[in-house]
Order: sequence, then structure tokens, then C-alpha cells
Amino acid sequence: MSIEIANKLEWPFDSEWILSNRRAIKRELSARPGLVTKKIAILGGSTTNDIAVIMSLFLMNNGIKPEFYQSEYAQYWQDAMFDNPELAEFAPDIIFIHTTSRNITAFPSMSDEKEAVDALLESQYDHFRVMWEKLAETYRCPIIQNNFEPPLFRLLGNKDVSDNRGRTNFIARLNMKLYDYAQTHENFFIHDINYLASSYGLDRWSDPGYWYMYKYALALEAVPEFAFSVASIIKSIYGKNKKILALDLDNTLWGGVVGDDGVNGLELGPETPTGQAFEEFQDYAKEMKQLGVLLTVCSKNDEENAIAGLNHPNGKLRPDDFTLIKANWNNKDINLMETASELTLLPESIAFIDDNPAERAIVRAQIPGAAVPEIGTVENYIRCVDHSRFFEVTAFSKDDLKRGEMYKANAERMKLERQYENYSDYLLSLEMKGEIQPFAPVYLQRIAQLTNKSNQFNVTTRRYTAAEIEALAEDDSHICLYGKLTDKFGDNGVVSVVIGKIDGKRLHMELWLMSCRVLKRDMELAMLDTVVEKARERGVEEIYGYYYPTAKNKMVKELYGFFGFEKQSEDGDGNTVWKLNTADYEKRCHVIEINGAK
Amino acid sequence: MTEAQVFERLNRIFRKLFDDDSIVVTRATTANDIEDWDSLEHINLISAVEKQFGMRFQMKEVSGMKNVGEMVDILLARATK
Repeated sequence: MSIEIANKLEWPFDSEWILSNRRAIKRELSARPGLVTKKIAILGGSTTNDIAVIMSLFLMNNGIKPEFYQSEYAQYWQDAMFDNPELAEFAPDIIFIHTTSRNITAFPSMSDEKEAVDALLESQYDHFRVMWEKLAETYRCPIIQNNFEPPLFRLLGNKDVSDNRGRTNFIARLNMKLYDYAQTHENFFIHDINYLASSYGLDRWSDPGYWYMYKYALALEAVPEFAFSVASIIKSIYGKNKKILALDLDNTLWGGVVGDDGVNGLELGPETPTGQAFEEFQDYAKEMKQLGVLLTVCSKNDEENAIAGLNHPNGKLRPDDFTLIKANWNNKDINLMETASELTLLPESIAFIDDNPAERAIVRAQIPGAAVPEIGTVENYIRCVDHSRFFEVTAFSKDDLKRGEMYKANAERMKLERQYENYSDYLLSLEMKGEIQPFAPVYLQRIAQLTNKSNQFNVTTRRYTAAEIEALAEDDSHICLYGKLTDKFGDNGVVSVVIGKIDGKRLHMELWLMSCRVLKRDMELAMLDTVVEKARERGVEEIYGYYYPTAKNKMVKELYGFFGFEKQSEDGDGNTVWKLNTADYEKRCHVIEINGAK
Repeated sequence: MTEAQVFERLNRIFRKLFDDDSIVVTRATTANDIEDWDSLEHINLISAVEKQFGMRFQMKEVSGMKNVGEMVDILLARATK
């Protein structure tokens, strides 16, 4: 039942089914283990109740259990601008401003000159801008703002879009101003209802009757589509995006079966309509690499045939585009589990695309949390994957561009590892260089991203928003370090983050995490060396480490013990406290050159 | 469609919407009789009934219906499925 519900909340979903079964779905999803609670304030310019309820379903399906604050009807601006003890006490993790074109209070009139229209545009924009600034300053949390959908009517007909007195034109210009703000402000995200309304169908998007009766800015039937879209942004902010796009080959990337039909018998390329569709889908998958999505192959094929197919002259994807290729005759769920483990990622970070419903069903049943969309036929593949928002972009760091290469370099390192008998010889051969420094502005986004993504090598699993990281960077009572690791195969980027709070002669470690892609490289010891060094500089005599168990962080249960800390206590839930005296500490890492010094 | 058939379908909608299999509505049932039936759920109820019976309520009907019986009368007159 649970697998079924999870799948029914993936695109393409049945909105009517979701609306009428919301209570049963909610009951079922609430019982799931491991949900992370997030507080979401919805500041609405119209009724928001259903939006919150349906949004909670999609969020829970992504591992997030929301608690909501909702403005009284249409009080979004007042809630933001004036003292609001209730909202302050709620302490939102995210603020979502649900406004629509219904909340634009004045439009140009036909007698307006250009200057008057421009002035009106500024004043409508300022109404929102002052609110965002106030919210950012007061709550220091991510803000999600709807843009504006096309207007209720077009007085000027087709000219409404090109004449600056037209409402369509006015809304387009207002939206541009929102986008400019989004481009220059971190932690501010546009929820694109302008796109959503057009993709859904503008006339179906809103239901004037529902506006007059209940002050619904959009039709009830459109609420699931809307809620899914906002939830996609939120889950992305909290690192719940998929990371791997695992692709089947036969009839998924080309028409036909390469083992039977041979490379020349495959349908791929401009000659046939089907061939065109496969070619365009390959193109689309290749584009996704730029977002840092890892492409892998999961196909029942001889590897030789798979590679031959991927070298088809009309193909867009080449063997080289894949971080990992699993072409063999094992069950697909097994191959996918191996894919995840070889890339040191969680199985639930996989989105699996396969034309065969039987294979999809097996993977769905065996790998809970992996996304296996009902992909339809090839002409619909792109639409399905695109609408599914597996890889919704919120933070986009330079590391994302290189991620595929980094994982590939890792595979090469594994090869090299086998050549050395002595492990530290191997580590030395990597010629590793570490950069371990206090939080620096260029890395704040990546640091926040890591705190939300890292589950396994993470002792406290505390999540931070970019705003919180920024505040910590400036806070003198904390020692905050990031670690970057480079070796002869390439730059791993920022891979470790530690945060400790100084309390007199004590340092309490609030966060200690590391990306699993640099496991067993002694990077954690390099971080420890630096933490102790910084702690001594600040007169710290004792460092306290805390381990809070989760379903995923068993690998660091004994981390502090390994570090040489002594266990102080353990409670019934397995939470442990550890202590290290800085006076006795000797440097542990001898294989990484740190900050330019051996 | 008979009145009994309308009630049977209405009961299915109510039970699903309020996630309570013990609900049995009659002509006299009002929002006061079902715990979760507030003004917001009323909107969802109206929408679900419209879908099920292939019709739309007019604005004045939505605010004017006093009990389930009045809803049933409208459905008997205007349901298309």
C-alpha cells in the first residue's frame, strides 16, 4: 500500500484521487519513519488551507513533515511587515508567499502615459520588495515567492501583451523585476506559477466561482499540481533531490534491442519519428549532466553490446557521459543498489527510467524511496521526467558542473588502490592537498548544501539554511571550518564541514560531517588536527563530541572513539557524549598537505 | 437515478473525504453532525460531489443549502452521471 501511495504522488498523478483521499494518504504517510520536521509559514493573498494540506502529502513523500503557520485570509503583507509575535514564536524554516495576480492592487488605465505606467510598476513592485527585505532581515530563512500568472482578462486582446497599458504586459514586466531580485538575492526563490498556469491551461487554472465564493486564487483541481511544484522547491532546498538518473537502454535510449537487432538495426536519429524521439531524449539526458546529475546505465545486456549501442552514430549520449555503466544480466534492483553503493550515495537518490513496466515494478518494490516514474511511451519521456522535478535546482554551485567528473575520478582512484599493498603508500601516492579554513563567503552555499545532503558521515545530522551558515561564519563564539580536498585525479571540492561552539575552555561540536566520496582518505583526521589546533589557539582545553543515531549514520557511531575521545555517557536512545583533552593531542594525519604545509 | 442511489454515492464521498467509514448521511444531516465538516471542508465536499455527479452547483446554491436533503434534490434534478 505504501509503495503504491508513494508512486501515486509522483508525476503524472491523479489530482482528483489525491484531493478526495487526502486524509487516508496523510494518515498513511505520517506513520513513515524518519520524517524530518520543517516549519513552513504560508503568507497568503488568498485561501491557503487546501494548498497546505496537499503540500504536506508531497513533502512527506519526500521525507519532510511540515508544520504550518498560515496567515489569516489575505493578510500576507500585514503578517510580514508588522510585529508578529505568533510568527516569531513559530520561527519558520521557510516562508512561502502565496500571492497571485489577484493581489496586484492596481493596473494601468488606457489613458496612462508611459511615465505613469512605469511609476505604477515601481509601486507595485516595491510593495513586495519591502516585504521580502523585512522578512529576510527578521527571519533569516529561505523565502519562496509566487510570480504572477497571466491576468483574468485581456482588455486589449492580442495587443495586451505588447502595449505597456495591457495587463498581460504589466504582469510580464512585474515578473521580470521579481526575477532580477531573485538573481541578486540568495535564499530567495521564485515559484513559477506563470509557467504552471500555462502548462496546466490558464482557463482551467482558475475558477472565478471559487474566487467569489471561497477566495481561491486557483481552481481546487489545480491545487495538487501547484502543491507538487512548491514542494519540489522545498525538498530541493533540504537536499532531497535525486542525484542519479539511471537509464535502461533498449527501448529507453533507442528503439529496438541492440543484442538482437544489432547497432544498425536500432531506431535512433532523424530517419523515423520514433528515432527522432529517442535522439531528443538522449539530448535531454545529456543536458542534465550540466546540473550535476549523475547518469548511469542499468540494462540487461552484454556490456559489449551496450557500449556498441552507445556509440551509435546518431546517438547523443556516449559511454563517456556515464559515471557508471551496469550492463549485465543481474536483476535491476541489485544493479541499482550496487550503483548507489559504488558511488557512495543512498539508493533513494536514484531516479530510474525504464520502458518495461515489469522492471519498474520490481525496482519500486525492492528499493523504497527510489523514483520510478510511469514513463509512458518515448514521445512522452522528456515531459514526464521534466515535470517530475527530480532534480529541481535551487542552489547551483560550481561543484555541480563537475560532479560527474569527480565521481569518475573516484572510480579511477579505486583502480589505483588495488595496485598498492600498503594503504598509506596508496594514500601518499594520491598527492592529496587539503584546504581547511574558516567558512568563506564563496563556499557558504556549498556548505549549507552539504549540511542538508549528508546523512551517513554526519554525527548530529543538524541541518542549516544558507542564512544560518552565513550568520555562523560571522559569529565569534563558534569555530566553523570547511575542508576542501584535491588530489592528482582532480578537485573534490568542499567535502567536510565542522561547527563547534566555544563555551569558556570547552568546545562543543555541533556538527561534524564529511562527504562519503572521500571516505578512507584520512580527511577526517586532517579536519580533527585543524579543529584541535584552532581550539588551542582559542584557549580550549576540552572538546566535547556528540553522536545522535539516525537510520543512516551508523558508520560514525564510533567516530569520536576513533578520534581518541573518551566516552562520557550514553542514553537509552544511543546518544553518546565524548571528550578529548587538547593538551594530550598529537597530529594524526600524515598523508595530506594542509593549507600548503606538510 | 433514485434517491437511494444518490444517498449511496453521497455516503461513499463523505466517508472518503472525512476518512470515516461509519458515516451515514440522511436528508436531515447538516455540517453540525460531522465533526470535521467545516467551511473549508465544505468546499472540498462540493467539489467532490460535482465531480461524482457531473454537474456544477450555482454560487447561490452553495451558500443556500441547509442540509443534505436540499443537496439531494438538486442532484436528482441536475446530475448527468
